[in-house]
Amino acid sequence: MPSALQLLWLVPALPLAGFLANGVLALRRPRAKHAVSIIGVGVLLAALALAIVIVLAFLREGTPGPLVFPYWEWMPVGELHVTVALQLDQLSAVMLLVVTGVSSLIHVFSVGYMGEDPGYARYFAYLNLFVFFMLVLVLGASFPVMFVGWEGVGLCSYLLIGFWFNERINADAGKKAFLVNRIGDVGFLVAMLMIFAHTGSLDFQPLFAQAPKLFTPGGPAVTAITLLLFLGCTGKSAQIPLYTWLPDAMQGPTPVSALIHAATMVTAGVYLVARCNVLYALAPVASAVVAGIGALTAFFAATIALKQWDIKRVLAYSTVSQLGYMFLGVGSGAYAAGIFHLVTHAFFKALLFLGAGSVIHALHHAYHATHSREDAQDMRNMGGLARHLPWTSTLMWVATLAIAGIPPFAGFFSKDQILSAAFSLGDVHPLWYVYWLLGLLTALLTAFYMTRLMLYTFHGPNRTGERESAHLREAPWVMTGPLVVLAALSLAGGALNVPALLRGREWLEHWLEPVTAVAARLRPGIEVPHGTEWALVIAAVAAAGLGIIAAVRLLRPEELVPARLAPAERGFARVLWKKWYVDEIYDFLFVRPLIWLSREVLWRTIDLGLIDGAGVNGAARLSRALGWIGSRLQTGQLGFYVVLFVGGVLAVLWTAVR
Amino acid sequence: MLLGPSLAVSAVLFALGVAGVLLRRNAIVIFMCVELMLNAVNLTFVALAQSLGVAGQIFVFFVMAVAAAEAAVGLAIILAIYRHKQTVDLQNINLLKG
Amino acid sequence: MYARWVLTALLVWPAVAAVAILIAPPRWAKHLGFVASLIEFAIAVPLWWTFVPSGGMQFVCDAPWIQVPLFGTGAPWSIHYTVGVDGISLFMVLLTTLLVPLSVLGSYSYITTRERAYYALLLVLTSGMIGVFVALDLFLFYVMWEVMLIPMYFIIGVWGGDSRLYAAIKFFIYTMFGSLLMLVAILALVYLVGQRTGIFSFDYFHLMRNLGDLGPLAFWLFAAFFLAFAIKVPMFPFHTWLPDAHVEAPTAGSVILAGILLKMGTYGFLRFAVPFFPAVALAPPVETAIVALSLVGILYGGLVAMVQPDFKKLIAYSSVAHLGFVMLGIWALTLQSVQGALLVMINHGISTGALFFLVGMIYERRHSRLIAAYGGIARVVPLFAAILTFVSLSSIGLPGTNGFVGEFLVLVGAFRTHPVAAGIAATGVIVAAAYLLWALQRVIFNPLDKPENEKLPDLTPRELAVLLPLVACIVWIGVYPKPILDRMEPAARQFIESVRPPGPTATAIAP
Repeated sequence: MPSALQLLWLVPALPLAGFLANGVLALRRPRAKHAVSIIGVGVLLAALALAIVIVLAFLREGTPGPLVFPYWEWMPVGELHVTVALQLDQLSAVMLLVVTGVSSLIHVFSVGYMGEDPGYARYFAYLNLFVFFMLVLVLGASFPVMFVGWEGVGLCSYLLIGFWFNERINADAGKKAFLVNRIGDVGFLVAMLMIFAHTGSLDFQPLFAQAPKLFTPGGPAVTAITLLLFLGCTGKSAQIPLYTWLPDAMQGPTPVSALIHAATMVTAGVYLVARCNVLYALAPVASAVVAGIGALTAFFAATIALKQWDIKRVLAYSTVSQLGYMFLGVGSGAYAAGIFHLVTHAFFKALLFLGAGSVIHALHHAYHATHSREDAQDMRNMGGLARHLPWTSTLMWVATLAIAGIPPFAGFFSKDQILSAAFSLGDVHPLWYVYWLLGLLTALLTAFYMTRLMLYTFHGPNRTGERESAHLREAPWVMTGPLVVLAALSLAGGALNVPALLRGREWLEHWLEPVTAVAARLRPGIEVPHGTEWALVIAAVAAAGLGIIAAVRLLRPEELVPARLAPAERGFARVLWKKWYVDEIYDFLFVRPLIWLSREVLWRTIDLGLIDGAGVNGAARLSRALGWIGSRLQTGQLGFYVVLFVGGVLAVLWTAVR
Repeated sequence: MLLGPSLAVSAVLFALGVAGVLLRRNAIVIFMCVELMLNAVNLTFVALAQSLGVAGQIFVFFVMAVAAAEAAVGLAIILAIYRHKQTVDLQNINLLKG
Repeated sequence: MYARWVLTALLVWPAVAAVAILIAPPRWAKHLGFVASLIEFAIAVPLWWTFVPSGGMQFVCDAPWIQVPLFGTGAPWSIHYTVGVDGISLFMVLLTTLLVPLSVLGSYSYITTRERAYYALLLVLTSGMIGVFVALDLFLFYVMWEVMLIPMYFIIGVWGGDSRLYAAIKFFIYTMFGSLLMLVAILALVYLVGQRTGIFSFDYFHLMRNLGDLGPLAFWLFAAFFLAFAIKVPMFPFHTWLPDAHVEAPTAGSVILAGILLKMGTYGFLRFAVPFFPAVALAPPVETAIVALSLVGILYGGLVAMVQPDFKKLIAYSSVAHLGFVMLGIWALTLQSVQGALLVMINHGISTGALFFLVGMIYERRHSRLIAAYGGIARVVPLFAAILTFVSLSSIGLPGTNGFVGEFLVLVGAFRTHPVAAGIAATGVIVAAAYLLWALQRVIFNPLDKPENEKLPDLTPRELAVLLPLVACIVWIGVYPKPILDRMEPAARQFIESVRPPGPTATAIAP
């Protein structure tokens, strides 16, 4: 085995070392910004370089099976053998490159974006730690090791959302993200318990190799396991019903939203389903649930995105919606298509977020220069920014076309493959046609709200303010540079997996074949006639085009007024603006009753009242009461005592004599 | 020989002692009544010793010794109480009240 | 030499040192206490290497103590001084000797009155705690059980908070109530076995071997032991002494209370109650009731912790939840769950101990335990905030920290025998995250809106010296618990086999 592969452990170890170094700096020398930048970005670039070398070595190796590198025994107890081991296979190689690549770009961007923040060192420490956990997540060779990364990225997300922790709203959002994720994590945890109870192993390789023998296809065990795992995915990847944390997560710094809440962490759920493709192929019901939830989430989130004014919230709901697409893909058995969309989405959504970050950066500086307290993220305060930020505007248009699914941008290829995979299953059950239709409608809505975002932000008249608009500047190159790279990837990323229909090589599909081979055998894909396939492509492009045209024709950026003058939304628009009131419903149904139950019933009534009051202190009061009764005999009068004494003697004599 | 009258006298003395302890309030008087009861018992011991052997007469010495000790301690306590409260009326002394 | 006398030395040394502290000048008291407890730790550490995992009971020292004919039975009642450790008690002894020096160091600035008495009591308490864990004679065990009660009573009652007397008396009477019933049960046990064998011995192994079938009486004897230990654990609904005692005790008292005293309850179950009466402990109604109470403890403790306004009370209720995991692990009776339970016992001592230290440190600065008195202080005390966050994460069982390993093993093991219970217990991790993160937010995050918090000094080197060993343990056990698991495995296996005869274990994939 070549030596480069042996260094796999170093890829996660580098960011971990960066975290430790930056963490010490954050506590001891928070002003050493140069050192922090060099360490923080340096370890990432080193990790990226190493990852490329390792993947190239893996390519040369040409082994179809996964390479597992065990390091030490973690929890050896009886039949349970959990080893800390990393695994390199085709799927984790793709994720390895995406994670290190996008992370490196965003680290570079952060040098500019966070340059003036007093918590600079702490920021890079958290960001490095996140990359470490994300790499553990994608490289872990068993469920428990993956779970380390799974919860670890949640922790970093918590820390980074609440990065500016002195604002209550940020701290609230971070806590919400962690708690909602934890609900999902319990699903993951219980799934692990079930897997161990049924198979006696938690390692991926033996488990997936033998899963077809160990589980009855469609049986309750495998269905329960896959559904529980998917519960974990709904938390981590923000699907119905656990998606509500992601829009709130936009309270964190914008590069964090780009890295964690768009490109990498939130796609962990998709990765998990793709990783467990064998199990999902054995559980058609669970797969249908995955696809259904995905399609529903895609559509539902897209409707909310239509009416948001905060530029990052639009992108957040867009992320939720695109993640829904990915689940529709992996739920339909098109694991390669799901991963393909994950990759392209990482490119264009990171680009969109970083572009939004660039816009916010510009507005923030403008408002800062004039000491204005306006909202730098509200699109009603933007408009016409294309004149001031030409690079950002152009690059974000590339990403918009990519996410809308306009050929030849990357999103077109990946989205199309997911939709056709869903459509092809319509022969099995008509329900899949509904999923496909939801996906198509989502494509239309996506094109619409993204065009809306671009129009309101970059076109029409400027609403920032008379004095402020003079201060609007394009960001420095350290920030636009990563944007250019991401734009190139959004443009050309589709080449990874050009379908055979368009005379492509389906390169990613073939690359992932060793991983999905068993699943493909268990659940063979359904071939669609070429004619139908062409029709599907045309329908998808038409939907996207229609969305863009409708947005351009219907929306009037020149009629908008700045946020502080804007009238309140009314009617159905208000329902959308208020996000279908889902947060309020959850609050009313779960959060408040639980706190009320804990405080009033469990603590005040049962604990303090019943157990402690009536029981424990009741016993104390009872003995005191008995003692009080006894003490009434002690009058202190000697005469009384003597009378009792004589009476007693007489009584004894009387009984003795009688 | 004279057993009946002796026992009768001691019974009367004992009853007088009990009545005194029960009815009087002055600590000194109560104390003297206790002595009266002890001496009533002594009389009984002596009277019965005629027929039951010499042990009863010996017991009288014990009782007298105890009574002497009791008188010493008891009077000392009463004196201490008097110094403290300027009275030996037991109705005013109820420190043991619960 | 070492093997024969180490446990006796561990028992006697603190008591001797306590006397020395009482004689020495008051200003030496804390330093003497620290040195003495460090020496105690140094005596205990070689146990780690000299302990042979498969060797059963080790370091045994046995000597006749009281041998008099009693109750006219003719045969002498033989009471021995017998001590020894196995894979269960080894870690309790090590944990005790680790936490005591840290507690002494953590008390340096907290305790300002009657220092000599305080440190002497702390050392006597150490003797008592070690005694409970190493005693192999039930009479000795009972004596030690009471010995550690009295110093704790004084520590709470003299150096505690505002309503310290109430808390101390509640703690004392609660524990005494259970332990007296246990004494009755011990005497009954000795008498019954003595009648059968002719040897009225308190020896643990003698009783284990000759217990036989006790018939319906077994239930009542088990109930007496159960009550004593369940109060100590504490299991719902016998837990209400805990919040008061924890809150009122001085920092070191809370640390030792949570870190070690609670473990005596679960240790009692592992060592005595369950192996003595396996038929009762595993009878379906009893088993169901105890598993149910463990689950109630996990969820109820967590939910009640969530709404506490007082940080120390919050941690106290969280102990109820953590110990619920231990009880579930013991009763699930699989190798994973029992080892997990043992690990949770250790972890809880480390993490909750560290949490109490941290709360004590901030209390020394601000003289308030109320969560609402703080807010946003991560900006003024970043080091404190970083360590508090880290320790909280270990307490809520984040993978990579010690908390996860213990809870995961308990759940994995419990799922195989009690799948529904394990599933319910797993939701406890949500509640744990809810109460600690919410408290964390209100203490170190949120706006820094109280002027008196703006000038708080960060941790001193002495305080760091208290916390860093615990932080190191958190990482070590979280990442590489194998040395600990290896040492406890034979004892855990033996516990399970003594309770339930070995049966076939089904695994589909060979390792």
